[in-house]
Amino acid sequence: MIIKNKAIVADDWTVLRLQENEAAESVHVAAGKIIVPLKVWQAQRDVLQQREEIGVWLASDERPEALKEDIKKFTVIAVDFPKFSDGRGYSIAFNLRVRLGYTGELRAIGDVLRDQLFYMQRVGFDAFAPRPDRKIEDALKGLSDFSEVYQTSFDPKLPLFRRVQRKGSQAENSQ
Amino acid sequence: MYRYDEYDQQIVDERVKQYRDQVRRRLSGELTEQEFLPLRLQNGLYMQIHGYMLRIAVPYGLISSRQMRMFAHIARKYDRGYGHFTTRQNIQFNWLKLQDTPDILADLASVQMHAIQTSGNCVRNITSDEFMGVARDEVVDPRPYAEILRQWSTFHPEFAYLPRKFKIAISGGQEDRAAIYAHDIGLAVTKNAQGEVGFRVLVGGGLGRTPIIGSEVCEFVPWQHILTYVESILRIYNQYGRRDNKYKARIKILVKALGIDEFKRQVEADWADLKDGPGTLTSEEVNRVASFFTDPAYETLPDHDSKLNEFKADSRSFSHWLQHNVKPHRVPGYAIVVLSLKKPGNAPGDATAEQMDFVADLADRYSFGELRITHKQNLVLADVRQKDLVSLWQEASAQELTTPNIGMLTDIISCPGAEFCTLANARSIPLAKLIAERFEDLDYQYDIGEITLNISGCVNACGQHHIGNIGITGVEKKDHDEWYQVSIGGSEGNDSSISKIIGPSFTFHQVPEVIERLVQVYLRERTEDERFIDTVRRIGHAPFKDHVYATDFSVQEEEVADKHSVAPAQYDVPYFSPRF
Repeated sequence: MIIKNKAIVADDWTVLRLQENEAAESVHVAAGKIIVPLKVWQAQRDVLQQREEIGVWLASDERPEALKEDIKKFTVIAVDFPKFSDGRGYSIAFNLRVRLGYTGELRAIGDVLRDQLFYMQRVGFDAFAPRPDRKIEDALKGLSDFSEVYQTSFDPKLPLFRRVQRKGSQAENSQ
Repeated sequence: MYRYDEYDQQIVDERVKQYRDQVRRRLSGELTEQEFLPLRLQNGLYMQIHGYMLRIAVPYGLISSRQMRMFAHIARKYDRGYGHFTTRQNIQFNWLKLQDTPDILADLASVQMHAIQTSGNCVRNITSDEFMGVARDEVVDPRPYAEILRQWSTFHPEFAYLPRKFKIAISGGQEDRAAIYAHDIGLAVTKNAQGEVGFRVLVGGGLGRTPIIGSEVCEFVPWQHILTYVESILRIYNQYGRRDNKYKARIKILVKALGIDEFKRQVEADWADLKDGPGTLTSEEVNRVASFFTDPAYETLPDHDSKLNEFKADSRSFSHWLQHNVKPHRVPGYAIVVLSLKKPGNAPGDATAEQMDFVADLADRYSFGELRITHKQNLVLADVRQKDLVSLWQEASAQELTTPNIGMLTDIISCPGAEFCTLANARSIPLAKLIAERFEDLDYQYDIGEITLNISGCVNACGQHHIGNIGITGVEKKDHDEWYQVSIGGSEGNDSSISKIIGPSFTFHQVPEVIERLVQVYLRERTEDERFIDTVRRIGHAPFKDHVYATDFSVQEEEVADKHSVAPAQYDVPYFSPRF
């Protein structure tokens, strides 16, 4: 199960993670819906791009620009959070959405916990695979911690000061 | 000052609710301490030696009398009747229970305050010039921009898990009073030749383990673009700042590694995509926020009150206070009053609940209901009529708030130190007290003149020891005793510099004598009108070093059974403490 578009849904994608003895060039990518590491995509691109549906995931130290040419080929792009305190994935998501114009599913994987979800959805994630030892129902609540925000990011497109009419001081209003 | 509208209030109220649930989950065991840690830190809650410490944001140091009374209430109800004002213009309470903290935040939200992002690896409370809006040398009032940056940085979704903490300071005077050279980003709001408002942007300054003076990344960013420009700096840092080593994770290390030119190139490449986008500031928004910072109802008054001079002639104490603690105001007939929290014998920056209530009353009666907290850990009444100075002085003296030592040797900046803080190697506050007592004689202090003395209990430099004319740092040696490094030559402001260590470290009781010897060299060598820092710069470290180490120290060390011990907690052992 994952959270997608603010609901808990079944998930039929598998995330491929390279084991220590596996190499990106030679690892076997099973049939079906697989999200492969960027390195595997790069090493086996000729074969993998023939598939109808393929996903790729980025490690937090990898650059989304590496997918620039291929961005439309993916049904899903995932960003891995090796630990929740590693915040690089937020900028990766922002760059994928805003700079590279990625419009498909953007999924947060790895050390994904309830209290990060609100920020994650704002930088462009629309799918979340919360850590399996936690209740996914609880994680879902994290998406609605706040009903208003100040600044623009991927969501919302405009900062608060461009979205609403805010009041100045009373002194000014009375003039 | 700025007042919340329904949006600000809603965001802060929802934060209280979110945090209350996080505490509930921690207490129920649903969250591990490791998982709770970044959540509580982003809300200013630390686990100290004796219990939980909460750091409350005072945005750019500006506070209303009502908010100050809430601090007094918190001090009485949840703490031990006092609080500690910090070098980042915030306040800390040291003796809290985890279970109480959601209620404290709810109390704060009721007076438009919070503890959001006062700790953690995120953008911290924006600090500014304590004389903003009233200084004679002000070019542009930084307050509207400080508030706009506060809102922009509050819960910024992309920058909550940075490699390390991130501090922004903004100043608008010709003289920098916000230590902008010692911040991750330092902003000087200014005007260009055409009279347009913009920002000189410094980046990569900072103290801590690797003290560095900030470098200019852009000479002039027009005001419309300041949020997007800062955003690009943060994005480059978030992606490329080091995360493998906590001590090399601040932006200053990245800027040093790339060089300022390459760093600027990367920032501006990122910024090219944001410039003129939706994050661009509008004049409507700047005007709206600026409408909260218009002048109060100043009276038309003569600039020199004759009664003041009469009283000055009568009272030497008042005269001293007027000279050192009262600063010129840009409006005729008004003055800026610095209330000293540095009475020798007291902990620098500490204020009791009674003092907080008292200064709130003073603010209501003498200064349009507002106060400022300074990064030197004093309080400011910014808009006092000169004709009220005598009565204000008399009243404030009764509360021990008029020690005429602003800018003098006993106006010591000090972090809480090893009695409170898990990071500190050595005690800070007792050392500050010992030094202040030794130099308490005012005539001696006035002879020494302008000097800054900053104490940090460890290299993390909360006491900003690198930018003190004299800096003291607690260090730990193998035997786990307390030792102190002494450095000289640091300074803040337009001529910022980082101090250098004079030599091997000293024991607790040797430090006051070391300072005495440094002062002796200065008094011997100074030319007329030369400040301590000027003499250090002119003659170098060697004469100071030679004199300090020339003779042995005769002071007796008292046995300190436990440097972490202060008065024991009056309540049960805290629920989670690293020590118990």
